[in-house]
Amino acid sequence: MPSDNPTPVIEFRDVSFQAGPTQVLCGLTLQVAKGETLVLLGRSGSGKTTTLKLVNGLVTPSSGEVLVNGATHREVDVIRLRRGIGYVIQEVGLFPHFTVARNIGLVPQIEGWKDDRIQARVQELLHLVGLEREIAARYPHQLSGGQRQRVGVARALAADPEILLMDEPFGALDPLTRDELQREFLALRQRLNKTVVFVTHDLHEALRLGSRIALMEAGKLVTVLTPREFIKSDDPWASAYVRAFGDRLESITNRGA
Amino acid sequence: MEVIRFLFRNHTQVLELTLEHLWLVGLSTAFAMIIGIPLGITIAHWPRWNKPVLASANIIQTIPSLAFFGFLLPVPWLGARADRLAILALTLYALLPIIRNTYAGIRGVDAAVVEAARGMGLTESQLLFQVELPLAVSVILSGVRIAVVISVGLATIAAAIGAGGLGEFIFRGLAMVDNRVILAGAIPAAILALLADFGVGWLERQLRPR
Repeated sequence: MPSDNPTPVIEFRDVSFQAGPTQVLCGLTLQVAKGETLVLLGRSGSGKTTTLKLVNGLVTPSSGEVLVNGATHREVDVIRLRRGIGYVIQEVGLFPHFTVARNIGLVPQIEGWKDDRIQARVQELLHLVGLEREIAARYPHQLSGGQRQRVGVARALAADPEILLMDEPFGALDPLTRDELQREFLALRQRLNKTVVFVTHDLHEALRLGSRIALMEAGKLVTVLTPREFIKSDDPWASAYVRAFGDRLESITNRGA
Repeated sequence: MEVIRFLFRNHTQVLELTLEHLWLVGLSTAFAMIIGIPLGITIAHWPRWNKPVLASANIIQTIPSLAFFGFLLPVPWLGARADRLAILALTLYALLPIIRNTYAGIRGVDAAVVEAARGMGLTESQLLFQVELPLAVSVILSGVRIAVVISVGLATIAAAIGAGGLGEFIFRGLAMVDNRVILAGAIPAAILALLADFGVGWLERQLRPR
């Protein structure tokens, strides 16, 4: 249970973020325990992506503090910190001028790993995310969407980070590929025991992947619940999500009848 | 035919003036790249500066070249040698396409790629040299290509202030009302422009990311 753990891997202490006149985040306090998958669930503009970017310092809080392994970003070298945090985004952002192997091996390379070690790691990761070894020599534009996101995940795992940040990583994929990748994500998480923060607007995905779900609305954290608690919750926002989701299921079933 | 005969008869001078021309264009383009590419990179990262910088480069572009050469003539150190002056003016003219294309090239790099790179822990200089510049290089070079072709043409006018180059033939031919002499300057200049266009274009294709 997260509350048993004395030092959370990630901690937000009363964090607010303001971009120009808009208050993007307001008084966020949240802890992420080692080995859990915390899902940030919310609508577009609810502040979940900003919350994610606060962790690796792509966004600096206007007030409050973000601690990773007990240290604020001012106390550590942010570049070093980022190399120890895997980052996966919906658009993937593979380097179009690098082969798959160079994409995956970039962080190890700038970390000064030896060539044969990088090559071995690339092969290991390709296998881990379910890709053929031949793909290593291809360029991103020669891959399908699902393959690209697998490479994105492999790249994020390259330097064996303790933390993984995922911003709607499967959002742009077709339903079948998404299902496949979600299943593999679960298997992968079991094997690797990473601390994951996962952003999504899809309740189904949140219930399936999350150890806990942090529901966000208009820059505020509404509630943090386990998937089981979430379904039964009488919190108005949480139940609104469950209802919307349930209605969808129902309407589909009714059409089939 | 007569032009070709004229070129052959004066081949040493044609060669000499062509080399002078290349010197003017080459050196000014090199200077413009040394100044323009870092400037373009700077305004791509600090957009606050892009308007004033691009506007200045634009204004320079609107000054008629003959007038520009004339304006610079009385400037102490510069006016002492016409080729210095010509190189300065040509450099300033070449800046706009180079700055603008560098800016556009860097800004054109997919935002998701830049975000992923930062998120992975690339430093700003690693981001620039490993990601942004390689992806922008063909756009930057197409700016250089435009600059070179413009310079080859403009450099002919530098002969009016005695900076040499193939413009010598053109102005001499104008004075003598002799088309052969004009063409003896204009044809090699046109060939130079075409070769430069082809050469930089080839380089651009070689360096284009896949």
